[in-house]
Amino acid sequence: MGFTININGTPRSVDVDGDTPLLWVLRDVLGMTGTKFGCGMALCGACTVHLDGSAVRSCITAIDSVGDSKVTTIEAIGATPVGAKIQKAWLEYEVAQCGYCQSGQIMSASALLTDKPHPTDTDIDDAMSGNICRCGTYVRIREAIKLAAQSWTKEG
Amino acid sequence: MAFDRSASRAYADLSRRNFLINSVVAGSGLVLSVSLPFDQGRARGTESFAPNAFIRIGTDGQIVLTMPYVEMGQGTYTSIPMLIAEELEVGLKQVRIEHAPPNEKLYANPLLGVQATGNSNAIRGAWKPLREAGAAARIMLIAAAAGRWGVDAGSCLAEAGEVVHAPSGRRLKYGELAADAGHIPVPTNVVLKKPEEFKLIGTPAKRLDASGKVNGSVVYGIDARPPGVKIATLAQSPVFGGRLKSVDDTAAKAVKGVRQIVRLDDAVAVVADHMGAAKKGLEALKIEWDEGAHAGLSTRDVVRELEQATLSAGPVAQSIGDADKAMANAATRVEASYHLPFLAHATMEPMNCTVHFRGNECEIWVGTQAIARVQAMAAKAAGLPVEKVIVHNHLIGGGFGRRLEADGAVRAVEIAKQVDGPVKVVWTREEDIQQDMYRPYWVDRIAAGLDNDGKPIAWRNHFAGSSVIARWLPPAFKDGLDPDTTEGAIDLVYALPNFHVEYVRVEPPGIRTAFWRSVGPSHNVFVTESFIDELAAAARQDAVAYRRVLLDHNPRAKAVLDLAAEKASWSSPLPKGHGRGIALQYVFGSYLAQVAEVEVVKDGSVRVHRVVCAMDCGTVINPDTVQAQIQSGVMFGVTAALYGEITLKNGRVEQANFDTYQILRINEAPTVEVHVIKSTEPPGGMGEAGTSGIVPAIGNAVFAATGKRLRKMPIVSNALKV
Repeated sequence: MGFTININGTPRSVDVDGDTPLLWVLRDVLGMTGTKFGCGMALCGACTVHLDGSAVRSCITAIDSVGDSKVTTIEAIGATPVGAKIQKAWLEYEVAQCGYCQSGQIMSASALLTDKPHPTDTDIDDAMSGNICRCGTYVRIREAIKLAAQSWTKEG
Repeated sequence: MAFDRSASRAYADLSRRNFLINSVVAGSGLVLSVSLPFDQGRARGTESFAPNAFIRIGTDGQIVLTMPYVEMGQGTYTSIPMLIAEELEVGLKQVRIEHAPPNEKLYANPLLGVQATGNSNAIRGAWKPLREAGAAARIMLIAAAAGRWGVDAGSCLAEAGEVVHAPSGRRLKYGELAADAGHIPVPTNVVLKKPEEFKLIGTPAKRLDASGKVNGSVVYGIDARPPGVKIATLAQSPVFGGRLKSVDDTAAKAVKGVRQIVRLDDAVAVVADHMGAAKKGLEALKIEWDEGAHAGLSTRDVVRELEQATLSAGPVAQSIGDADKAMANAATRVEASYHLPFLAHATMEPMNCTVHFRGNECEIWVGTQAIARVQAMAAKAAGLPVEKVIVHNHLIGGGFGRRLEADGAVRAVEIAKQVDGPVKVVWTREEDIQQDMYRPYWVDRIAAGLDNDGKPIAWRNHFAGSSVIARWLPPAFKDGLDPDTTEGAIDLVYALPNFHVEYVRVEPPGIRTAFWRSVGPSHNVFVTESFIDELAAAARQDAVAYRRVLLDHNPRAKAVLDLAAEKASWSSPLPKGHGRGIALQYVFGSYLAQVAEVEVVKDGSVRVHRVVCAMDCGTVINPDTVQAQIQSGVMFGVTAALYGEITLKNGRVEQANFDTYQILRINEAPTVEVHVIKSTEPPGGMGEAGTSGIVPAIGNAVFAATGKRLRKMPIVSNALKV
């Protein structure tokens, strides 16, 4: 069945079953490989994208549930002010190691800062505990989110 | 231009040349940058200066460094370029990085003898040869410039990718000298810089692979997309050694996007337009397995055999003094038995491999820690000579030992042989965990004798488990022993005058074992550091003080122990239910002491709050990498201590995804402090040290908090309930 969805501001048409997870539409059908596959059950957060600005796990988001919502992926998050700040902070603190989970981490962190520009430690834990990092970069993820939040405050 | 194939041909062309034999490579060198591994448009029609297998400098000024070790997060693609650039006199921003092709002759790790990245020995293996490679190239470029100017080479120097004639101020860029330098003989004896002359080594360098990792542009093996690629996922026999009996694929074939069902002797794969269809197709298959000999196997069967093996004599790994005699004379005897479970690797990038089998040749896209092994085993599976198998390596989404194995590539080749066109085989997470090659289960039977002062005068350990080396690198398994399985069980940091260790190799039935981050020491450091803690407790002495008196001969070990204790405020009081534990190790060529601060809650669950590490890893290449790797190793070990366990029932692995095989999350992560002792000793390994020591440090901290000794991992909260 045909679906047209809005990805990073561009309408894209695909012909797949309605229950096909958005993750595979992005990666395999459209060739946007920045969004990662980790578990397929919304347990690890590697596949996180934004639907109308909220973080969702694309591995359990059926294409027929997307409708008119705007999908934002890691490929375009740098074009948003909050995404750019998060990416900058990630580079400043050298968060990434193997880097495989970091697309998802950055998408979750951007959604968090959009929601709560001044997150507490508990806010960070709550928003980020769905994202597993096997390299264990958690110490730096915490620091980088705080740095991004500070620069957010400073630069408005 | 064929998709990315000319690059490998260029590789093959370059590979035929021997290391340190100079050559001018005409028209080769299609450069693959890290962020754009499929970059096709940069074939240089110019000559390159390639004094060795690691450096190519084009007449266009392009400086390309070929990495003999892979990047899987540990920072190798920054620290290895630092070694070369230090002597080549170029800045890190001036170089491009490419993955090494398979070539054991050119790219074998001198410490392993094979082309592989593991055992924390990339920097240890590269330390001298890659600085020499940089220095040789620099000397040749200077000679070329001196020749051009007709001046003495001694009056010229190299800096920032240029040769400068100091008296006249004349300058030539390396690219301008590349053609001439190609005709200069390669110097055989090069003098390396002294530590005080280092410009890069020891200074913080930004990771060269970082930018693509924050915007999704980095390409891992799983992101390979050769034109026309189909996606496959598979089910392998859930019981190890079982066979495929029958498949009803009627429903699977009806799934939109499913193209083909591939049957193998012990697996079945669904090939589709995308992974969503492949997974749906796989779920729709009705598969019957002939479960075979291991159908009834459970963890208990494996453990029973290992326990039995610790009672029989094995090859002697190390014997000092007379442990039996000293034991007989001891005032106190302490005995214990330790168990460590099977563990899965659970890399975030699930196992995957893309293969295009063309009948007379085979092209492979994969992220691997052992590319030559992949090439050799894939060639065997394809029924092709090795040179007909082209392998493209990628950045790796987590290795931890899993990607030292080629089973995923072999599977993909088996499937691709039945598929027309390229096929990417992606394992589901469930398949990744249930068909892993596991960290071995180990059982140790250990005893010590103490004198009247509580000092250990006798130490005896019999341990049993799988030897991964015996399968993976057979020549290194000699007389029933290998250097990995025993690392951390012998050559302890402590003065132990009467010491005897035996190892019995026992391979579990059907279960494939593999290296797992911190390898042999992941087992041995847990046992020795938990047991030395038991001895301190038996002697009613402080755990740090007890270790300290056994270290008079070992100042580097004593220094890290003291530093960790000081930074952790070892003797300061803690709230009820909290405890501190220490572990000390010398493994992978590095000294590390770790203090874990834990809280045991009423329900028995354990929370690790703070970890303080003191490290002496010799010369530090990139200080931030040392910090990052210890932080990372600690989290990996905390996961193992709190959750890590693979168990078998009815021949099947009971864990399947991150709900049943849990990984530490940010809300559970401790703070980690890393203190590094300055040293000019040769560099030690960093990638795994943090993992082996933290598990006993946590166990010892739980003992301090509760008085309960953990002789088995992972921690079972029920046993700690108040």
